[in-house]
Amino acid sequence: MIISKQWLLDDAPKSRTQAQLGRLYVVCLQLAHNPLAVIGAIIIGGLIITALFAPWIATHSPIAQDLSNRLLPPSSTHWMGTDELGRDIWSRVVFGSQITLTIVMLVAVIAAPLGLVVGAIAGYFGGWADRVLMSITDIFLSMPKLILALAFVAALGPGIENAIIAIAITSWPAYARIARAETLTIRNAEFVQAVKLQGASSTRIIARHILPLCTSSMIVRVTLDMAGIILTAAGLGFIGLGAQPPLPEWGAMISRGRVFILDQWWVATMPGFAIILVSLGFCFLGDGLRDVLDPKHGSE
Amino acid sequence: MLAYLAKRVGMMIITMFLIITLTFFLMHAIPGGPFTSEKMLAPEIEAALNAKFGLDDPIWVQYINYLKGILTFDLGPSFKYPGVRVNDLILDGLPVTAQTGFLALLCVAALGIPLGVLAALNQNKWQDTAVMMFATIGVAIPSYVVATVALYFFALKLNLVPTFGLDDWRGYILPVVALSGFWLSFIARLSRSSLLEVLGQDYMVTAKAKGLHPFTVLFKHGLRNALIPIVTVLGPVVANLLTGSFVIEQIFALPGIGRHFVLSISNRDYTTIMGITIFYAAFLMVMILIVDMLYMLLDPRIKLAEKSK
Repeated sequence: MIISKQWLLDDAPKSRTQAQLGRLYVVCLQLAHNPLAVIGAIIIGGLIITALFAPWIATHSPIAQDLSNRLLPPSSTHWMGTDELGRDIWSRVVFGSQITLTIVMLVAVIAAPLGLVVGAIAGYFGGWADRVLMSITDIFLSMPKLILALAFVAALGPGIENAIIAIAITSWPAYARIARAETLTIRNAEFVQAVKLQGASSTRIIARHILPLCTSSMIVRVTLDMAGIILTAAGLGFIGLGAQPPLPEWGAMISRGRVFILDQWWVATMPGFAIILVSLGFCFLGDGLRDVLDPKHGSE
Repeated sequence: MLAYLAKRVGMMIITMFLIITLTFFLMHAIPGGPFTSEKMLAPEIEAALNAKFGLDDPIWVQYINYLKGILTFDLGPSFKYPGVRVNDLILDGLPVTAQTGFLALLCVAALGIPLGVLAALNQNKWQDTAVMMFATIGVAIPSYVVATVALYFFALKLNLVPTFGLDDWRGYILPVVALSGFWLSFIARLSRSSLLEVLGQDYMVTAKAKGLHPFTVLFKHGLRNALIPIVTVLGPVVANLLTGSFVIEQIFALPGIGRHFVLSISNRDYTTIMGITIFYAAFLMVMILIVDMLYMLLDPRIKLAEKSK
């Protein structure tokens, strides 16, 4: 089996894998025509590579203090300067990418599937299941997100894990609504009737035939939400309720660097750039994905 | 409409009850009382304090008492400031938070929507590109970065505005700009895509073909329809602006509710955390309800009672 352009674009794929790879290839091709989406993808790719290879990319230890070299301006040994404890800011920003990526992945892994399943079950069964599940969703939806996250953090104690749990708990209802809306449009489709006649169980229909069709709108929405999630997590770090020192979390780094903004601008600015870059990356990629996967809502 | 209102208010009461219960038991699940984190107190003093605030009662008695308090709009005493009630803290911070929030809301509506319209009318021209670039960056930059950078340049370098406090009108400028930045960009993007969708509709072509004045076409047929999705998100936006400013209040040292909230978290002042959470939640829900009601009045096609089924 050779992966060639022809094989990928085959009109009559011979296997499920071939069809999926082909679809992925077409999406990538379309994305490549959108320069902003390409920039976004490069930024996100960079983030992932930086997080994976942080120990090799960083030039110093992110937590080793060196008080004789505190608050040095950017130079060839300290690319982004050093902070108030003499730690190398470039290394801290590089290791901070691991924290950011962890937050993003965990929220996506917890909130999106939860919302997807709740929404698909509500939409597929309808009736009282729909009413109960959607009431719960609406109740969670009408809770103030950040406030609830803060209350959680207040109760469980400041820390990165609690911040993640808090953000995930407050972000699943939006996904449930999308999944329900998608399910409603496909639950009476002929192919669903056909598998039903073949005797497939409801679990199988939802898991194998309905959920896969909901994923593309879910991916778009999750990517677009990522920027907000990163900003929220960094905001919690900024007010001292997210990641705790000495973890090199970007929001917390900005917060501490603000004290020195007058004379040592780089302490707060460098992690600030990192946050802006990554959230811009997710915005660009999300916009691009929406245009490709969800042409109805994209800008024509 | 009345039946719909009754149903919504009923849902709100259930939601509020759940939020109150959730925050109450969350706060009480933490090991140690509010006085154990202080410097070592003599056991008798701690016992006396616990008795004074009713903390030695079984938890369900405390819960019932707390619910009773809320029914009379009493959020209990603050554990941190002796003799101060949570109600006082909220009333003390509300004017500051509401003023900055209201000014930010004005900025969002008065700049965000026109910017979006400008971009949509000049689709793919430089005005569109400029607005979209501004709006995308505005969505991606966190408010605390905007605030920090603005403080650095305008307050410290150029001395145009004070660095903190709201003593004169110039003190409002930076907090309002930092607070409205994200939502302004968000509304501008939304207005643009919404108006673009309307501009492509057949009735717009008809209106133009009838020879109506371009202004009538744009305002009466275009904008009125394009505004509907914007009004929908306005409820959460209003609530976010009027309540979601604790980071900004922290940076500019504004004595608003958000600052009390953040302080109460680091002080482990449990009643204040619960009180402000509940206040925020109630505020958000009332705002969303008001906007939904307005929405129904604005758009006669929408029958909310049917839609909510």
